[in-house]
Order: sequence, then C-alpha cells, then structure tokens
Amino acid sequence: MLQYDLVVVGGGPAGLAAAIEANKNGMKRIIVIERERELGGILQQCIHSGFGLHIFQKELTGPEYASRFIDQLQALEIEYKLNTMVVDILPDKSLHVVNSQDGFLIIQAKAIILAMGCRERTREAISIPGRRPAGIFTAGTAQRYINIQGYMPGEKVVIVGSGDIGLIMARRMMLEGAEVLAVVEIMPFPGGTNRNIVQCLDDFHIPLLLQHMVTDILGKARVEGVVVAQVDEDRKPIPGTERIYSCDTLLLSVGLIPENELSGKAGIVLDRITRGPVVNEAMETSVEGIFACGNAVHVHDLVDFATEEGRRAGRNAAKYVNGELKRGANSIKIEPGWGIQYIVPHIMELGNAATLFLRVDNIYHDVNLVVKYDGEILKSLKKEYMAPGNMEQLVLDGDDLKEKKPSVLTVEVEKRNAK
Amino acid sequence: MYDIAIIGAGVVGTFIARELSRYKLKVILIEKNSDVASEATAANGGTIYDGYDAKPNDFRGKLTMRGNELYDSVCNDLGVRFERVGLLVVALRQEDRNKLEDMYNKGVVNVPGLKILDKDEVLVMEPCLSDEVVGALYSPTCGVVYPWELAIALVENAMDNGVKLLLNSEVTNMKKENGVFQLTLNDNIVNARYVINCAGINADKINELLASPSFKIGAKRGQFIVLDKSSGLTKRIISHCKTKGEKEVSVIPTIGGNLLVGPAMESIEDGGANQVTAERLAFIKRSVSKLSDKIPLDQIIQAFAGIKAKAYLSEGNSDFVIEESPEIRGLINVAGINSPGLTCAPAIAEYVTQIVRDIYQAAGEVLVEKVDFTLRRSRMVRFKDLDAQKKAELIKSDVRYGRVICRCETVTEGEIVDAIHRNCGATTLKGVKRRTGSGLGRCQGGFCGPKIVEILAKELGEEMDEVRYDQKNSYILKGTV
Repeated sequence: MLQYDLVVVGGGPAGLAAAIEANKNGMKRIIVIERERELGGILQQCIHSGFGLHIFQKELTGPEYASRFIDQLQALEIEYKLNTMVVDILPDKSLHVVNSQDGFLIIQAKAIILAMGCRERTREAISIPGRRPAGIFTAGTAQRYINIQGYMPGEKVVIVGSGDIGLIMARRMMLEGAEVLAVVEIMPFPGGTNRNIVQCLDDFHIPLLLQHMVTDILGKARVEGVVVAQVDEDRKPIPGTERIYSCDTLLLSVGLIPENELSGKAGIVLDRITRGPVVNEAMETSVEGIFACGNAVHVHDLVDFATEEGRRAGRNAAKYVNGELKRGANSIKIEPGWGIQYIVPHIMELGNAATLFLRVDNIYHDVNLVVKYDGEILKSLKKEYMAPGNMEQLVLDGDDLKEKKPSVLTVEVEKRNAK
Repeated sequence: MYDIAIIGAGVVGTFIARELSRYKLKVILIEKNSDVASEATAANGGTIYDGYDAKPNDFRGKLTMRGNELYDSVCNDLGVRFERVGLLVVALRQEDRNKLEDMYNKGVVNVPGLKILDKDEVLVMEPCLSDEVVGALYSPTCGVVYPWELAIALVENAMDNGVKLLLNSEVTNMKKENGVFQLTLNDNIVNARYVINCAGINADKINELLASPSFKIGAKRGQFIVLDKSSGLTKRIISHCKTKGEKEVSVIPTIGGNLLVGPAMESIEDGGANQVTAERLAFIKRSVSKLSDKIPLDQIIQAFAGIKAKAYLSEGNSDFVIEESPEIRGLINVAGINSPGLTCAPAIAEYVTQIVRDIYQAAGEVLVEKVDFTLRRSRMVRFKDLDAQKKAELIKSDVRYGRVICRCETVTEGEIVDAIHRNCGATTLKGVKRRTGSGLGRCQGGFCGPKIVEILAKELGEEMDEVRYDQKNSYILKGTV
C-alpha cells in the first residue's frame, strides 16, 4: 500500500491549484491522479482564448492557462499519475486506483481532495423527443472530436442552448467549414456572456432563436433534421410555429452536472441541487479529511474561480493534516431562501470568514441580496441585476456573526419596492 | 445447404438458434441489421414475469411459467446477469383491493410465493411508494435481465456450437423447390430444408413471401425513461392495478442499478416509428408520480421507444403464432411474440424444437444431440465486479484492463477490445454499449464515446470517420478537420 499525505483526484484546474497550494502550505507527500493522458482537464480542448483574466489579468487559451499550473506543479516536483483512474474511495481515506503501469493500487491518504470536474447534461435532461440517430453530440464531446482528435462531427449544425460552450462551438464549427443554422434557446435571454454572443454568433451571422425549443429529431441512421418551435411564457411549444431545419448534426449545450460517482462511494453527503458534495467554508465534505473543489462541487462560470476554490481546498487540507483545522464546535448552516437556487459553502464555522458563492433562480433587477438570521437582516447588498447564469459572491466576515452566534443563516433575494 | 434457417436475431430467434445448436443440425441465423438484438430486444423493459395473470391452461400462460422457470439455469450457463427482484402490483384505490384478490386467486394455482400484502407491509418493502397505497399483490419470482445481453450471449454460445450468423442480410424473397427453401438475401442466396420465421415486426411479410396471409402484424410502441442510479430507490418491480383501457406504467430496477419507468404501450400504424414522443413521456411522468412522489424525475439520463409485434389472426383477435405453416410445410412461424415474450422465449425455443423434432420424425428422421455441445459461453469479464486481487491479476495479464474508458460505468479498454473480437463481436458504438455497458451511465457516452470510436477504428482497421453509431449509414463523424 502506498502512503501519501494528500491525494488529489483530478488534474484539471481545481486539482492542480489544490495540489500546488497544499505544497506551498508545507505538505510534502502529495500525488495528483489524472485519468486522461495529460494534465489540465477540459482546458486542453478549450483552444479559444478568454481564460485567466482574474488570476493573470491576461487572456489566455485553455492550454496556456493549464500549462502555467502544470509547469508550477512540475517545478515543485509534485507527483502525478496519468491515464490513471480512481475506481473507489473508502471512508477511511484509502483509494483504489488502476492504470496500465502499476496495475491495481491501494493508496492510503491522510487527506483527499476531490476535483473530478463535471460532465455535460444530455438530451434527456431537457427531454428532447424524437428518434435516436447518429449526429447528436454534447458540445464538449464535439469540441473534443475537433480539437483533440481532428475529426468533424458534422457539416450542417443546429445548436441547442446558448451557454458559453454552445456559443464557442458555434464559432468553432463555422471556422472549420461547417454551417451553423441556428442556436436555439428556450429562455428569453441568452445563457452565455454578451461577449460570446457578439464574437461567436453575430460576427458569423448565426441566428440566435430565443424562446424556441427543439420539439423533434428526424432521421433514422443519421440526423436529417430537427423541428424547432417557438415557446410561450410557460416554455411550452406554440402550435403552428414549428419549422424544420435540415441538418446532419445537433449539438447540445444544456448545462453541466458535477461528477460525483466517487463521492457517493466514499459516503459523502451530496447537495440535491448542485449535485456536488455538501461542504463547509474550508471546502471539507461531510467526511472528515476529504475536501472537494471546482466543478465537482458546483459549476463555475470562470476557470479562475475554480482555481481559487482549489487553492482554498489545498490550504485547508494542509491545515487538516497538521491538525490546525478548526471545525465542528459552532457550525452555522447556510440555507438558500427565496430566489436563491443554491449556496456554497453549505456550512461555516462561527468565527471564520467565508465567501459565499450562490446562484439566483431567475432574472432579478434592482433587488437586495440579504443575509438573515432569525428574521433579522445581518447584511444587505444592493444588486442592479442578477441572473442564474452569473455566480454571485458574498463575503461574510467572521466578526459579522460573533455577537449573534446563529446556528442557521438564510440568504434571500428581497424586492426593494416591497420594503 | 443448411438444415434450418432462422430469420431474425432478436431474443426469440437467438434462443431458438441456441436450443437447436444442441443437435447435429446445420443452422444459419439471418439478421437484417448490422448487429443482433437491435430492435424489440434492444428496447425492452427486461422484466421476467411469472404468469400470475395467465388464465389456467392458457398456452401463453404455460410458456410464461415454463420460461420463468428456465431463466436461472440459462442465465447461469451463459454468464448473463439475472435477478429475481420480485414484483409488486400495487392497488391505489379501494376498489382495486378486490382486484388483488381476484388476481391472487387466479395466480396462486401456478405461481409459487404469491402473496397479498396490506398497506403497511407494502410500505415496509418499498418505503418510497405513495401513502395512498391500499395493498399489493407480491410475486417474488419475477425478475429482470438486460434482454440484449441475453440475446448476444445466446448467439455467442450458439456460434460456439456451430450456428452460422449472417448479419446485414435482409430476406427479400423466398422460394420452395423440391422440398428446399431458397432465401434471397441482398447479395447472397441461402438454401435450407426448413425455415423458422422470427422476424418480429416483419414476420407477416416473411410469411407472405410464400404463404397466403394467415396473420397480420400490428405494432405496439412502448416508451421508457431511464433514471440515474438512484441509490436503490425501489428494489422491486412496481406495477399497478389497471382499470379497463388504463395504460400500465411500471418502475423497473435494472441489472445496472438504474430505474426504468414505462412503457404505456400504444398501438401505432408505422412499425418503424420507434421515436419517443413528448406526450407519452409526459404521460409516463404523470402516471408514475401517482405511484410515488419520490421518483427522481429530474434525473433522467435516457429515454427510448421500442416496438413490439402483435399477431392478429383476425380483427381484434391476437395471439402468439407458433406453428408450422399449414400451407407451406417446413416453414415454422414464430410471430407476434409480444409481452411477455421475453419471459416466454426460452420456453418457445423448447416448443419450437419439439415442432422441429416432430417434423423430422414425420420425415422418418431423428434429431441427434451433439456429444460435444458446449453449455457455457466463454465469460465476459466485468472489471468493476471483480475483487481487488482479481483486478490486479487481470491488469497484470493484460494492461488494457488497467485503462478505464467509460468512467461512469468503469468499463476498461480490455473489456471493449474483447467485445469487439468475440465471435459475435461489436462493430459499432452501440454494439460496444450493449456488450460492455459503456455509455449506459450518467454522461451517456459523452466522455467515452470519442475514445471508443478510436478503439473501434483501431481494432476493426477502419478510419475513425468510418465507425458507425448503430445501423447502416449511421456514421458518427464527417471527415477530418
């Protein structure tokens, strides 16, 4: 059995940052386990630019952003294994690991950081009816075929979902000579950033069909077309508005889900909404000494934020192994109130500071984001605009709470005119 | 020249092929698709019934009970996963409570272990069920399989025992001259002394290539949604009492640990219309919510539709057709094997073998059993089901078992390569899925798809853009960048 102080599961941006930060905080026996043939995670297939504005004040491509961390990891001589899969994690913090070189390994860790990232939602997540021919891809799978393997997934494309991945892939397909007929979005507003709408759609004259949905997929062997219809306010198709788009490919960009097959095996409690582990402000899960970060916890808007979260997990894992992590004496539960989808962390320790990351459940204009304890407002922030697509941050100073000693905090959206 | 040509490699055709492979016969199994188990067998709920609702002495009921009984041994011999999870027919209304009694009285004669449970007992067994439940009929001998896994195993074993499999071969014409059937395929002609028609939805067309119409096939479509592995939310198959005309929507825990919800069967005109429809899926979701409000309908990872063939002897009168054609001697029709056809299939194979035996006898011949018949097929390794030591040994013997390709279902490159190179090997992405379980998980092949396409290309000596998803022309990629 191999022994390590820290095993990081996943060598994407969050895992790399976690390992580096743990090392900087004095941890020595660290290993990163990566299932792909190189470190960097999904960044390696994101060859467009736009990464790193927060952390490096620079626009980098995905591989460039990744390489900054990979270089650092190697300079610090942190161990890693590629093409290696963690197949099991036990609550005693031992990991079952397989690869071709070592075969089957059991690694005993003092602390574990989970950074498995996320996966894409499929057509069923949005229940697209119709046939099941070849030619239906999630946007990330299509991106891998083009950018890593060098193959075109199709020639005439309709894209469902206007999140950033969908927009980036619309441009990518056009640049490689495919024809993108439309990007179909069920909501009245696009999911992706304004910059991507302009640079990926407008510049290429790709129509963005807001308040539309795909109601049928045609074609037996390969996609031959899709039926697109306008939707009403309840997001139901309006009869008579159906239009057939002849295409050979349907790309789906309909959201991401944290990947937590392993977390479940380790007995970690998962949040029903985020589908990631329930964590405290130290990014520690419900199993002592197992931490989690990045898109395995909740899906981030920017890689920079996943990196930050990885650093936090790495720092705290180091503290934990040194017996310096303060926790459990006075935990405060943080609960989403009206207008809030979810909040991470779910729990915090009284006396510690915490940054809350949260998403609202709808578009809100001119509202307050308030933190409440027992009906009383502890903190209130004015917000001109909030949308589910933009993660909000809210800093809670440890001193804010010391006086009150609350056991539960609620964060909610408060309409201003209601006051 | 073959002794017997079987048309259609669904679960019925493959069971018959395997059963006949016990005898000294030259058997050919002809399938129009590029893989076996591609149609009804690939889109079936996988329930093995026990015949509790069969009429006494009913032919179909007898086949159901016999089929159920045979499942343990056949699955054991073939290394196919089969679990007797049990089935609850739930009553949600007081008036249904009496129906349970009727069902019990009818079923208890034939079905071991049948029981009526009161509300509390039901909720102890399946705590997720609705509080409205008033009772249930419990049948412990019902089970589940993956029908395609079974059919593939049957073909593999049949091939090990000498059966020839011909894929991509549609029977377009059939003649009988001098006591010999001549089957015209797309690019081939097959001669056989006897023909067994297991062509499913096309069984009437095959029959009518030679005989005059004696039955008509009608199409019934069922749809299922597949839920993410839901921590064993229900352990048993959950069905419900039906009023006349009410559609059945059951919850079926699969071999792989997912839940299936469906099928809400409906009659349709076009036997090829295997698409899922928004209306049906919505209906299925609404219906299952009456059984339990804890079914995680926000965790749907897949939906599919399957077409079952129903044989109509006359208007409104349907039944299994399993007989030698009275008009064309030597042509055995096995048609309209709709629900519970999967359960009946092993018993149908025995029954058909008896028909063949009788035909041989009438001709003054005997069916001779092979002395070298191989009962078991070479096992498929399922890496994730092995213990730590076995995993270590396996990787040592072949490093490809150390490379996990499908992360959701923990399927290794070794298993995928094996699935491609077995005697009835996978040639497509779906073929690999049916054999190894890759892509059955939450990401539905998002991550492993591109890797499996790479492996298929390498192992089959194809370019990546020649690799198909499933059937003819279902190419996944369109050239290089």
